[in-house]
Amino acid sequence: MKRVLAIAVMWIVLIALPLWLPMIGGYTALGSKILIYAMATMGLNLVLGFTGGLSFGQAAYFGLGAYGAGMTLKYLALSTPLAILVGTLVGGLAATILGPLVMRRRGIYFAMITIAIGQLFYFVMVRWNNVTGGEDGLAGFSRQDIHLGPIDIPILSSGSAFYYLVLLCFTIAVAIMWTILQSPLGHTWVAIRENRRRMEFLGIRVERYVWAAFAIAGFITAFAGTLNAMLFNFASPQDLHWILSGNFVIMIILGGMRSFFGPLIGVIIFVVAQDYLSSVTENWMTFIGMIFVFIVLVFPKGVLGIFNRRAEAV
Amino acid sequence: MELLLFNAFNGLIQGVFYALMALGLALILSLNSVINMAHGGFLVIGAYLAYTLTPYLGFWGALIVGPILAGGIGLIVERILIRPLYKRTDPIYSLLLTFGLALIIEDMTRTIWGPQGLPIEVPDIINSPVSEVYFFITGYRLFVIGITAAAAIGLYLLLRYTLLGIRIRAGTRDIETTSALGVNIYMLRALNFGFGCAFAGLAGVLASGVLGLTPPMGNSLIMPSFVAIIIGGVGSLFGAVCGGLIIGLAAGIVTTYYPAASEAVIYLMMLIVLVVRPRGLFGEEGLFE
Repeated sequence: MKRVLAIAVMWIVLIALPLWLPMIGGYTALGSKILIYAMATMGLNLVLGFTGGLSFGQAAYFGLGAYGAGMTLKYLALSTPLAILVGTLVGGLAATILGPLVMRRRGIYFAMITIAIGQLFYFVMVRWNNVTGGEDGLAGFSRQDIHLGPIDIPILSSGSAFYYLVLLCFTIAVAIMWTILQSPLGHTWVAIRENRRRMEFLGIRVERYVWAAFAIAGFITAFAGTLNAMLFNFASPQDLHWILSGNFVIMIILGGMRSFFGPLIGVIIFVVAQDYLSSVTENWMTFIGMIFVFIVLVFPKGVLGIFNRRAEAV
Repeated sequence: MELLLFNAFNGLIQGVFYALMALGLALILSLNSVINMAHGGFLVIGAYLAYTLTPYLGFWGALIVGPILAGGIGLIVERILIRPLYKRTDPIYSLLLTFGLALIIEDMTRTIWGPQGLPIEVPDIINSPVSEVYFFITGYRLFVIGITAAAAIGLYLLLRYTLLGIRIRAGTRDIETTSALGVNIYMLRALNFGFGCAFAGLAGVLASGVLGLTPPMGNSLIMPSFVAIIIGGVGSLFGAVCGGLIIGLAAGIVTTYYPAASEAVIYLMMLIVLVVRPRGLFGEEGLFE
């Protein structure tokens, strides 16, 4: 009951965000960015926190989604829903195809392979100049208003309208992930995380489940990536870079990788901190790095981990 | 044909740097069980310290002192930051910590030495072309290959014949038994981490003479080094060196025909190796999993 209440409050806060965020000195695009990163990290957390696979190259699928959406709008058709669909499919299918290469691996090996695979797409996008814009990123496209029958939703001109599109997508993604985690598939993931060998002895085809987690995480991250491209009307090679992959992972750790909404908390703290630091100091990268070191040494269980520990103690 | 030779040789030099990096990374990976994302940072530290010390020590002195200082800083980092993480079984923490270090080091080098590339003076004795036809084979490049070979052979002899080397290899196999036999594994791991960082520093000093000295140079060399380890086989130092040389050479050859794909080919080769021979060329099945 308490949980339902907390989630209801969270949604009310999110729905009212365009009203209160500007009042405390924020801007609506920051809210959109937080929700987009929350989608990406919660998707990644299906592999990282729930299946126990140390995926460290998730930005690749985020970036593929971004470029997929941007290139659809630029070269194919002026349609926001189509761009979202194409981008999500591009990133998700890439993860699905590459899944078999990583699913047998564990621990450090899993991490190294996912990092390195991510770089492949980075160099494809940087070097395929004439189509992707190379180092400068893909520009020259913009999100398009959505037409629902006679109703026009002006997401291009209104940041708030776009925010509500992002919130809708976030809600859909959360509903999908929540349903999966409650299903036998989700329970099997957690069991694999807790004791992979025992699951193998039980005759579960562990590798297929890891593959499924990797693929679904890829689809959801790519989904988030498409929205990111449309938020800025720009897709940057930095969207695919391993630094973003690392940021995703630290956001998850910061919030708490064992809880469903943990990544959202981590994203809020990290994105706001990054936004603030980069406006006050040139050395913000050093501060971000120090945040990494600090979290690992002092808060390995994340913010929600601290609360849970207190709850257990009481 | 000459263009092919030129690019292949350039690729080989690049591969030598990958190999040196991968060697240090693989050392740290096998005994410390840490994916050292800050390895590029130690490379940059070694290179910049050597640059700063060159006016006082000369090129040769800096070549020796730079890597040693990088190794020393590695020892300090290991003692303060990495050691508390050994007891956590999840490798994610050491990965994230070294990742944060990589960001800090890159940013700090930019603040201290400036974002522009710095020129490196290589002594004339070793910088003249060896052959007039093959102008690209400068003495310095042969020197780089020679030093790298010497360092790799030195490491091999150390691991093969000295007590320290035998302990490191034993620790790689089974750290608990090694500890139970009375070896101070904390000391062992610290030394090993220092060695690994010194190799990164050496790669940095040598690479700055060829590639120039810029703050992000370490972080651009680290990814191919990962690939070198995966292609060569996790757990095999020899594999790491071979992997580095192979991908460097492959990138060089591809540059001749299709320059845009020269980076992507490295990662494509990795995918092919993962499909055909998942444990890598010289790796062992089931290690680090």
